[in-house]
Amino acid sequence: MKLNDFISENKSLIGLIILMAAVSFANANFLGIDNMLNILRQTSINAVIAMGMTFVILTAGIDLAVGSILAFAGAICASLIGMDTPLIIALVATIMVGAGLGATSGVIISYFNVQPFIATLVGMTMIRGATLVYTQGRPISTGYFDVAESFYQFGGGYMFGIPNPVILMVVIFALCWFVLSQTRFGRYVYAIGGNENVARLSGINVKKVKILVYALSGALAALAGIILTARLESAQPTAGLGYELDAIAAVVLGGTSLAGGKGRIFGTIIGALIIGVLNNALNIMDVSSYYQMIAKGAVILLAVVVDSRGKSNA
Amino acid sequence: MTTLLELQGIEKSFSGINVLKSVDLTIRAGRVVALAGENGAGKSTLMKIISGIYQRDAGTVIYKGKEVRFTTARQSMDAGIGIIHQELNLLPELSVAENIYLGREPTKLGKIQWDVIERESKKYLAQLKQDIDPKTPLGKLSIAQQQMVEIAKALSLNAEVIIMDEPTDALTDIETAILFEVVDELRAQGKGLVFISHRLGEIFQMCDDIAILRDGEMVHQGPVSEITEDDLIRHMVGRELSDQYPFVPAVPGDVRIEVEKLTAHGAQEVSFTAHAGEVVGFAGLVGAGRTELAKAIFGANPIQSGAVKIDGKAIRLRSPQDGVKAQIGYVTEDRKQEGLVQSQELGTNMSLTGLDRFCNALGFVNKASEAVTISEYIEAFAIKTRDANTIISNLSGGNQQKVSIAKSLVPEPKVLILDEPTRGVDVGAKREIYTLINKLKAEGLCILLISSDMPELLGISDRIHVLSSGKLTGSFARAEATQENIMRCAVAGQTNG
Repeated sequence: MKLNDFISENKSLIGLIILMAAVSFANANFLGIDNMLNILRQTSINAVIAMGMTFVILTAGIDLAVGSILAFAGAICASLIGMDTPLIIALVATIMVGAGLGATSGVIISYFNVQPFIATLVGMTMIRGATLVYTQGRPISTGYFDVAESFYQFGGGYMFGIPNPVILMVVIFALCWFVLSQTRFGRYVYAIGGNENVARLSGINVKKVKILVYALSGALAALAGIILTARLESAQPTAGLGYELDAIAAVVLGGTSLAGGKGRIFGTIIGALIIGVLNNALNIMDVSSYYQMIAKGAVILLAVVVDSRGKSNA
Repeated sequence: MTTLLELQGIEKSFSGINVLKSVDLTIRAGRVVALAGENGAGKSTLMKIISGIYQRDAGTVIYKGKEVRFTTARQSMDAGIGIIHQELNLLPELSVAENIYLGREPTKLGKIQWDVIERESKKYLAQLKQDIDPKTPLGKLSIAQQQMVEIAKALSLNAEVIIMDEPTDALTDIETAILFEVVDELRAQGKGLVFISHRLGEIFQMCDDIAILRDGEMVHQGPVSEITEDDLIRHMVGRELSDQYPFVPAVPGDVRIEVEKLTAHGAQEVSFTAHAGEVVGFAGLVGAGRTELAKAIFGANPIQSGAVKIDGKAIRLRSPQDGVKAQIGYVTEDRKQEGLVQSQELGTNMSLTGLDRFCNALGFVNKASEAVTISEYIEAFAIKTRDANTIISNLSGGNQQKVSIAKSLVPEPKVLILDEPTRGVDVGAKREIYTLINKLKAEGLCILLISSDMPELLGISDRIHVLSSGKLTGSFARAEATQENIMRCAVAGQTNG
């Protein structure tokens, strides 16, 4: 019984282990430290976005605007760095821009009763448009001031041999875990996703919580934008295209219910790692990128089907 | 008397727990058999085995002389067994007629014959004396009317065996009377009926036979005429129950809540006061505006005019947060949709409204002190659960109700509004809730009690107000309140009685 419980609660973790075991048989280079760190670094951007998405999905919402927010915030950040803005100001301003854009989605959803799908779809389109207008469709370099060098560390630097984006991912994970499991706000997020009506009649300020959740999602998307911009030393106007779908896939692979109210942030990290391992494995096995998409889709489908079968048997 | 349906030696276990132990039951044509028992006794499981939702582990089911094994609800329905479930199984977005004919719409060349559906639906609703337009979206109807639609659906199936699981729970006395007439007619037509109810009076009023389940065993079967109410209760709970309504006279304290000319959706210029340490009952028919009034006082429905004062101070009520802040607790009549998050744990549900009590300034939850309070309530309210991590939907109705009451008590309110607190709760748990209400009253809580169960309202209220069409039409002290004069006020101002 105990083992069964463990298995049913950690299906995504077990899936990840099986996947890694299979890939390591197929390719001896896979399990090396360098490749592992590589996977973690490549996963970090999706993981950071997906952790914000977890909050949104836990409230039974969805945030399609994160990819566009990543691009817009990245562009703002690159130009601030390029203007020799002090690092801390540039970073805080970029995160605030992301949070503000997310909060706007939240306000539209809460106060104008627009479905999250539609509200953030509109956000996705408009913010992408704004990014193209702002960048004139061209990359923005982070420039040659000293600040650009320190900024680069966020994407390309290491600390104790570990890539900085991975450290950021772990810190964000710890914070998100704490907020979801140890704070009043986290409880409210689960309650709203479980039954919004019950939450409202329990005296929860549902509108406020939702706005904060979308603001958090936007802020983390902006952070992902910082990591990406720093690593590339420039902001691309088309950065983050389709990232919202990878983030949603990571959340769902991690066992969080799209219906809201159920899920864990740990699962999301595992989900992001499954996608990261898959991308990496297909690359080192020289699978053409056309086939990669098919393979990725198939694995996600398999995982979700296994997960839902487990639920109906319970 | 022909036997329609016979169950022999039915056994059923869920994850190793035996919920039905060799149960026999006979349903005869032209007889109404009452199935009684506390929540969790196995009544619903037994009915789900009959209708094919669950599969029996052992035993036989003989329907019209042949052994049957239904594997889906559809099969039993087609065979002529209609079930009216306790939890309404209707779709609020569809029309009344669509609900009645869902899944078996008559078609002509693939096109649904709407005129037939609507005409037939109207006919069955008319049998129930319900003047409901079949085109109305179901969600626009009151719970009682929805119940009537569910019954009309069973009638339309031409079922030979009709099982009614707590059909009167959401009905007012008038609607219940109509239902009883329908049951009489069905009996005369030779249908076999099973009637599940927690209201013992109804069992004696309209059933021919009685079958009593306790902990999965059939402990008594026989004609209703040969059993007394005391025996029935003793069989159900396995122990003696003294007086069902344990009233403790109140020594009311100061005026706690003053409602002045309150007008909100469904309530018009309602004024009343209630004191600390008293239970003020609210009587009225379904749709009289009692729930609407309660929600307005709690801040869940917008107030158009008038004022609410707590301890002499006017409060602003724009949302339930304001209600909670003003120390008003509201226990909803609709546990499933409004009271508790069904898919989440007992503990997190119970502490949801009063979470501030366990939080520091930064909003961190002190889980240790939270757990202490939760287990105190589990113990004090005798909530039957393995621990605080049980998922709400796995608890019985009575235990869910206790969690729901505890949830509104955690923030330590001064005024507690109980909206149909014993709906869907068994006899034993009902009494526990009454005792609880008395205890809270003795502790100085001001309790506003809304109930459609008249004996209950008369039994535990210190005073009773009556609402009709959103207006206060009568107020009685405990000594003056009788079923008759309350009913007279309840129908006052009603256009069609």
